[in-house]
Amino acid sequence: MDIFHLDAFLWRALLGGIGVAIIAGPLGCFIIWRRMAYFGDTLAHSALLGVVLGFLLDFKFNYFEINLNTLLTLSTLFICIMVALLLVILQAQKRLATDTLLGILAHSVLSLGLIALAFLQGEGLRIDLYGYLFGDLLTITETDLYWIYGGGSLILLSFVWLWRPLLFITIHQELAQVEGVAVTPIRLLFMLTVALVIAISMKIVGVLLITAMLIIPAATARNFSHTPEQMSIFASLIGCIAVIIGLFMSWHWDMPLGPSIVLGSSMLFMFSFLFCNYLPS
Amino acid sequence: MQSNYLVRVKNISVQFQYNIVLENVSLDVQQNKIITLIGPNGAGKSTLVKIVLGLIMPNSGKILRQKNIIIGYMPQHLHINPILPLTVERFLTLGDIKKDKIKSILDEVGASKILKTPLQHVSGGEMQRVLLARALLREPDLLVLDEPIQGVDVAGQYELYDLINHINQEKQCGILMVSHDLHIVMATTDYVICLNKKICCSGHPTTVSQHPDYLALFGSKAAQDLAIYTHHHYQNNQQISA
Repeated sequence: MDIFHLDAFLWRALLGGIGVAIIAGPLGCFIIWRRMAYFGDTLAHSALLGVVLGFLLDFKFNYFEINLNTLLTLSTLFICIMVALLLVILQAQKRLATDTLLGILAHSVLSLGLIALAFLQGEGLRIDLYGYLFGDLLTITETDLYWIYGGGSLILLSFVWLWRPLLFITIHQELAQVEGVAVTPIRLLFMLTVALVIAISMKIVGVLLITAMLIIPAATARNFSHTPEQMSIFASLIGCIAVIIGLFMSWHWDMPLGPSIVLGSSMLFMFSFLFCNYLPS
Repeated sequence: MQSNYLVRVKNISVQFQYNIVLENVSLDVQQNKIITLIGPNGAGKSTLVKIVLGLIMPNSGKILRQKNIIIGYMPQHLHINPILPLTVERFLTLGDIKKDKIKSILDEVGASKILKTPLQHVSGGEMQRVLLARALLREPDLLVLDEPIQGVDVAGQYELYDLINHINQEKQCGILMVSHDLHIVMATTDYVICLNKKICCSGHPTTVSQHPDYLALFGSKAAQDLAIYTHHHYQNNQQISA
């Protein structure tokens, strides 16, 4: 019985991790192509406020008895979208550089999240902060898996549709606009997609390490790729391998799962980095 | 000017914050003609180009475009993030275009050798040719070229202008071009507009080059200095890339 139980949660972690890695591949490529790493980080930092909001709703106002995990995903998505929209509004003012704005937003919203969390804990609610910051194997439930695979399919489908215009905007925004690409809606859709990925993958690696899942496999894939499409597929594959390495290390040496997965992808990155010294440029 | 325009800009003014960028500028871009915008830095050349392209809306004035006009745009820079793996071929297929067409256009601009080269590895002159090919692939009625000879060596500059002239004659399209290099402009263009927030003077190159406003703005010595400056600029680029 005990072994069966352990197996089930290992399988859930593996399935969840692989699902997240597959989605993170193409998305992570666009994040590094568009130099938006700090944007991803900002949304991830904001996710904590979303989690606290979800608990608050569950604690005080859950009249419809929505599943807590669904509520947490939805509230995180909501906060991430709000922060992304706030960024778009602030960017349009053209008064501060984007990285400055992101620095202000990321840490303000993170602090707000931590303060709100402290108030909730004062009310007697127990929340495993560590688990949300760095990910927790034990918190992955079946509902989370539905979110990862349901939301993930939606994201991948929208990526097929967005691919060409988004790539074009990434290469030269004004050229794309002259040739008829609807720049603003596509950029907004992309931001929305980042928010959705962060909301559904938060459980696996935690809000502080999500950006690593997006960036490291993509940067690793660059060393093997000759086309953008190749790079995004390789990024997904490398992410999957990192998840397996992370789970293995976590299981055998009792290491925390989120950091183990990130460490796994860092190892793959180092390997590709050294290996590629021998490849002709 | 006559009424058979491709794009007509009428009395437009543009203001950014409290800064007047363009004031009461009008211009007609016609089929089969090359119009060149010259003017000092900050004269509003690029802004005017963006208005013609529809990227910026003016604060006042009108823009009229012929129905279903196709505009091919060759931007000033194309900086590709080194982490994006992109060959010349893949860049040119972005707009849903067939591969054999790409080959013939690259032949036309003299860049067929670099079809499979990553964009980050092509030289300044090759990059301008690729961007020109990209603009031509759409079979445009109007070509808009923002400083097409940037970062190109002197021999290459003449080649590129020859190419632009050739395209103009063969494809019968209108060309609107921004340029810094006065000497070459004088030789290759039908109509010059000298811009410094408003239109100082315009007309055939030989008329403009003797116009008092033009001489006041550039002067014969300043025109020479400008040519030397571009040359220095090029040398610097070469040192960096070496």
